[in-house]
Amino acid sequence: MATKLPKTDVVIVGVGWAGGIIASELTKGGLNVVGLEKGRSRKTEDYYMVHDELRYGVRYDLMQDLSKETVTFRSNEKIRALPMRQYGSFLIGDGLGGSGVHWNGQTYRFLPYDFEIRSKTIERYGKNKIPTDMTILDWGITYDKLEPYYDKFEKMAGISGDENPLGGKRSNPYPTPPMIKSPAMVKFVEATTKMKLHPYMMPSANLSETYTNPDGISRAACQYCGYCERFGCEYGAKADPVVTVIPVAKKTGKFEIRTHSQVRRILHNGNKVTGVMYTDVTTGKEIEQPADIVVLTGYVFNNVRLLLMSGIGKPYNPSTGTGVIGKNYAYQVIKGASVGFFEKEQFNNFAGAGALGVNIDDYNGDNFDHSNLKFIHGGSISLSQTGQRPILNNPIPGGSPTWGPEFKNNSLKYANRALSVGGQGSSMSYRHHFLDLDPTYKDTFGDPLMRLTFDFEDQDRELAKFLAGKCGEILKEMGANHVDSLKELGPYDIVTYQSTHNTGGAIMGSSPETSAVNSYSQMWDADNLFVVGASSFPQNAGYNPTGTVGALAYRAAEGILKYRTKGGLVE
Amino acid sequence: MENNDEHKEPAKQDVQEPSRRRFLVNAGFAIGGVVVGGALGSIIGRKAKEPAAPEPAPTEEKPAVPANYNRALMFFNQEQFSIVDAATERIFPKDANGPGAKELGVAFFIDHQLAGDYGFNGREYMSPPYFKGEKVQGYQGHLKRREMYDIALQEMENYSQAQFQKGFSQLAGEQQDEVLKAFEEDAVEITTISPSGFFKILRSNTLEGVYSDPLYGGNANMDGWRMRNYPGNQMSFTSIIDKDFKTIAPSSLQDHMAAK
Ligand SMILES: Cc1cc2nc3c(=O)[nH]c(=O)nc-3n(C[C@H](O)[C@H](O)[C@H](O)COP(=O)(O)OP(=O)(O)OC[C@H]3O[C@@H](n4cnc5c(N)ncnc54)[C@H](O)[C@@H]3O)c2cc1C
Ligand code: SF4
Repeated sequence: MATKLPKTDVVIVGVGWAGGIIASELTKGGLNVVGLEKGRSRKTEDYYMVHDELRYGVRYDLMQDLSKETVTFRSNEKIRALPMRQYGSFLIGDGLGGSGVHWNGQTYRFLPYDFEIRSKTIERYGKNKIPTDMTILDWGITYDKLEPYYDKFEKMAGISGDENPLGGKRSNPYPTPPMIKSPAMVKFVEATTKMKLHPYMMPSANLSETYTNPDGISRAACQYCGYCERFGCEYGAKADPVVTVIPVAKKTGKFEIRTHSQVRRILHNGNKVTGVMYTDVTTGKEIEQPADIVVLTGYVFNNVRLLLMSGIGKPYNPSTGTGVIGKNYAYQVIKGASVGFFEKEQFNNFAGAGALGVNIDDYNGDNFDHSNLKFIHGGSISLSQTGQRPILNNPIPGGSPTWGPEFKNNSLKYANRALSVGGQGSSMSYRHHFLDLDPTYKDTFGDPLMRLTFDFEDQDRELAKFLAGKCGEILKEMGANHVDSLKELGPYDIVTYQSTHNTGGAIMGSSPETSAVNSYSQMWDADNLFVVGASSFPQNAGYNPTGTVGALAYRAAEGILKYRTKGGLVE
Repeated sequence: MENNDEHKEPAKQDVQEPSRRRFLVNAGFAIGGVVVGGALGSIIGRKAKEPAAPEPAPTEEKPAVPANYNRALMFFNQEQFSIVDAATERIFPKDANGPGAKELGVAFFIDHQLAGDYGFNGREYMSPPYFKGEKVQGYQGHLKRREMYDIALQEMENYSQAQFQKGFSQLAGEQQDEVLKAFEEDAVEITTISPSGFFKILRSNTLEGVYSDPLYGGNANMDGWRMRNYPGNQMSFTSIIDKDFKTIAPSSLQDHMAAK
């Protein structure tokens, strides 16, 4: 029998970026909040020995223990889904701060086009531009409406950057100036300027200077230490939930964090949720936490899994296209990239920061004409300098040996002589790409794993080749002696790391027929349940997701406070 | 946040010492005016016992190398060790650039890894049922890495005997390459494991042993890093990020401990 605890105002499932933001906003707004986090607690002092590529970068010290829980994957419905037994394609966050602790900090705003992609595409190119099985949707909110929340997120995190010349309108400049440009970045800027493209500094959550945010949190400047992506920051310079929003929530005295608490069911009665059931993983005891409002912030997979396991919302049925929970799973097309080899120059490739880079958006969204192209949308192209750690970064010219004397010589020679320029391609949603519960494989509690059905489509193959070509042109203009570009995207595989930018499954929209939540991330089918995160993206943009996740979390928090006073679906 | 003042002025001159000290102070470790390298040297003494350790590069002062008690076996038997030692040397050989896998201690590194979590696939999903999957679905076997090594090393030995009537570690370098290639290209008939799958692991483990922090038993003397001008664990690159290429003497995680 589960132990039943006293009721709280709000219970939050997962304390990463989305959960942390909501906790800070709601506690500041006077609500009592319990945050349940399945992993352990974390603090900056834990990262004393963090410059360890093997432990963090290769053995995934900060990520979820897959022996306890993973996902299953198949390319299409005809084959049997099998568990992702080892990490590959993406990494799953765990512990206080979630993936927010070991992210890079590349913090973009999506383009206005992204939010109205269906109507804008039809408006410019006609209905036939969208293939019948492509299920892209408008978000039910525009860029302009979301802008103030982006602004809020950027101020909280202290994002460093300069204005994107091809981006949506901004109400304010970035709160801190851009990061320092490395010589490789200068080359990229010069080359793209010459090519009449529009370079701008990558918006960065690695602080360019000491910064105090509107909540009174002060943080140090980034040291360009080169151990950022997959690592925690030993300086607190990288904005993460543990050094920003969580302490603000704690200070109110209204936020109780319970780590080692894995939520397994959302409890409900009619069309209201009543709380959650979780297991204290240190004792194995099941505990019931009643609450007036439940907020799911456990990342895409656990948000969707909890809804399906708890029987909330109508599960998606790919054969009829009806139902919503699990619908429109999308990802990112990250392989459209090129590597340039420079015979005469060396770069400080070992130095860098997770979000140190320069971009162009000339081939992103609908910033260019697609009339004669076999795809829609595009992607941001960037040169980033994140620190080329030696185990995982051994660029060698394509076709040369991968072991033995020539390999050794090439890998040593090019370690500081190769630069890569990559496209972050958008990912459209399709009728046959979805999430549901695996019929066979279980987690340690005996609960079904999330099952992904996903593959790349013609759209993705065309886009990847297109972006790789553009990247190659830029590298040539930068003076590379030799350029290797992706030739064929190939099928989606779960083995090679691509990006942790999984999206969809509980998407946002303007109608309960086609979406799971409204623009406040509030469930259409249960108005005291909010589902926050990239699970609400109807398809994915040509950028990293967290700027938008953060903006949506601020808006959801506002919606929750409104709901608390007025009830009903927030308008 | 504590100690923010420390960060207002990023280190301007020396990349190594001042920034490391600042980090240590921030993290609550007082090191006063002690020069870290010097302290390390005097604590450890100068009893270099490591025959494999190359001469220090003339351009930089290195602390003396202590007796390396880490160089013993936790998992492999002698024969397995010598196969891995020889095979990894073929993957990452000694050349004019510097030492190969053997001198860097790569086989010790792999041995130590297999003895722990990694060898037991401790943090991976190993629950049944097992089905043969598509390539895009990744590893679906039930063997743990240490079991895979056991089998694969025996198979390498068998294959060497069959082809050349000698054990792998007794073969000439080119013959060893032939064996490795046969595994890489799945030209060896084995039913229990995927030869190419094993080769991939062996290659990855070799690079890990060459380039991980020396604390894991490979990358002896940080020479793996030195060969490619990788500076290892440095606390700050603020002063060089906008500068042209610079060679910086490497530093390992042990420097943090020494400072404590
Ligand atoms: C290596 C890496 C680099 C990245 N770089 C970038 C980048 O540069 N820019 C960018 O925009 N994005 C980046 N991302 C993605 C970014 O980290 C995520 O978008 C972001 O963290 C999502 O926030 P979230 O709160 O939705 O989920 P998370 O941060 O993952 O937090 C979810 C939390 O919920 C907990 N949880 C899950 N299920 C349960 C349950 N049932 N019960 C209790 N707790 C639960 C988890 O343990 C976790 O702590 C990166 C990701 C990775 C892995
Ligand atoms: S690169 Fe900067 S933000 Fe990233 S971990 Fe290092 S100091 Fe922190």
